[in-house]
Amino acid sequence: MRHFFILLKHELRMLMISPATYIAAVLFLCLMGYLFWAILRGMVNTPEDVLPAVRFLNVFWIPVLFVVPLLTMRSVAGERNDGTLGTLMTTPASRAAIILSKFAGAYIFYMLLWFMTLGFPKIAVEFFPQTAVGSGLLSQSSVLGSFLFLSLSGVLFISIGIFASSITRSQLVAGMFCFTALFLVIVGGQQLSNISAYGADMTEWAKSLVDYFQVFGHLDDFSRGVLDTRPFFYYLSLGGLLLGLATLVIEAKA
Amino acid sequence: METNHSIYVKNLTRYYGAIAAIKNVSFNVNRGEIVGFLGPNGAGKSTTMRILSGLLPASSGSAWISGTSVAQNPSEVKRRIGFMPENNPLPEDMRVVEYLRFRGRLKEIPGRKLRASVQDVMEVCDLARTARRKIIGTLSKGFRQRVGIADALLGDPEVIIMDEPTIGLDPHQIQGIRKLIDSLRGRLTVVLSSHILPEIERSCDRVIIINRGRVVASGTSTELREEFLPGQRFQVEAEASEESLMAAFSNQGIDATLLETNPGTKGRTLFNIRAEGNGLLGNQLINALAQGEGCTLHSLAPKEANLEEIFLAATKRSWEETIENKPTANMIKEENKAKKAEAQ
Repeated sequence: MRHFFILLKHELRMLMISPATYIAAVLFLCLMGYLFWAILRGMVNTPEDVLPAVRFLNVFWIPVLFVVPLLTMRSVAGERNDGTLGTLMTTPASRAAIILSKFAGAYIFYMLLWFMTLGFPKIAVEFFPQTAVGSGLLSQSSVLGSFLFLSLSGVLFISIGIFASSITRSQLVAGMFCFTALFLVIVGGQQLSNISAYGADMTEWAKSLVDYFQVFGHLDDFSRGVLDTRPFFYYLSLGGLLLGLATLVIEAKA
Repeated sequence: METNHSIYVKNLTRYYGAIAAIKNVSFNVNRGEIVGFLGPNGAGKSTTMRILSGLLPASSGSAWISGTSVAQNPSEVKRRIGFMPENNPLPEDMRVVEYLRFRGRLKEIPGRKLRASVQDVMEVCDLARTARRKIIGTLSKGFRQRVGIADALLGDPEVIIMDEPTIGLDPHQIQGIRKLIDSLRGRLTVVLSSHILPEIERSCDRVIIINRGRVVASGTSTELREEFLPGQRFQVEAEASEESLMAAFSNQGIDATLLETNPGTKGRTLFNIRAEGNGLLGNQLINALAQGEGCTLHSLAPKEANLEEIFLAATKRSWEETIENKPTANMIKEENKAKKAEAQ
């Protein structure tokens, strides 16, 4: 555990001095700022029954698809390519501590980026106090639910990135692999539900299985305040499995 | 299990797929000894070092560091060794002192001793004044090697393993690293590999030569000289032909072999010869050449075989043994015939 914290501190420090981190952060905040503005703009013209915060977090997948690969692709692949992973493994630090620290570093930064988007509604209220209804823009219950979803799904998304980075020494390959895997997990689940919608004759267990992989469905539930244990199990178990596999991979490919 | 040895390796084998990188490698290193690991590219030096440092598991065999099995207790072994891998990979964006402190924490140096330990290794490696706050990416190759060695020394390990510590350095830097290694003599056990043979000969108490994944020779330079290049060697500078020189020796009953002939200056020739004899052999050679026809001796000097010659002789012998042991097409045919005959 001691090694984990030493490595985590180092990881966070390296993330802070890496240009890729800032590129990811700027891209993320610019894109999310634009999306927030576009959503507010759309709501001015047409009345909506969904809160802007909920609508805003519904497009979480757009930044996830490029921020997660940018944050994680260097973590193991870059170190392996530089040879510093080997020197790290000659210390008493365990393989699991190395992988967990890389995961935790990227995860903390990922969540920090999401927390920074909470500034958007605050800025809107600050600049347009006469038109914007503060409580509507920053509805506490739905934001809390949505952030719980983001923190939970983030475990799986970052784990995918760390695993992709652990199996290759090329950062580019790691990034592409991570992007494809995230696309399959997020959009693939949605497509499964479309298939089930067309073929209406699905048995109950098959339907529940399809629902199990519905990332958007989980977001809907969480933003409405419905907390189900199944998404917890899905994201945490799959995330844990991928981190375990990444540990085995660096052990075998030292 | 041997406990008198700092490093004890027995029948270590490592396969990469079907290819054996090292096969039945056995050797030991005593406490406080500096041992050089020699071998051509792909001989298995790095593989052996990586297994010893716990980076790579062995396919079979065993290795102990200070009485602890590398396979059974790798984390304990890692506390006892300092390893500097080939090419010395370092993070480019960190400052020297920050990097060494980070490594010190990972090597479990207690917090109150960390600053002092890092300062000590920086003093030993001559980094404290010149490169303390410099970013590693901006350092010269020599200073980077020093950072790598400082890292290996951190945490007071009992054994230091360095893979090619002098690769890519200029002569001044090599001399600096050599002095540094000399300063560790007796205090720590050091295993280092190098392609620069005079370097190994000067720095190391003992040499282990590895070729094609096998240890082909082990011992001090003197022991290896006696084993692989027996007899005494001399360099003769004379105005003579090869025939007249050898005739002069044979007339006096001296069993000499001509190894090499090189043209010298002023019409003289330089002959490298090997001869069997006692301590008076030099005098006997001078007398033989004085009495020989068509020979004018200008100088005669004993010449010790250097490590390069020993290395070439040892690796050549191992190659020949491998070729001799390899069955030829005719041998396989004969063997098949014999099997058929037996079956009938």
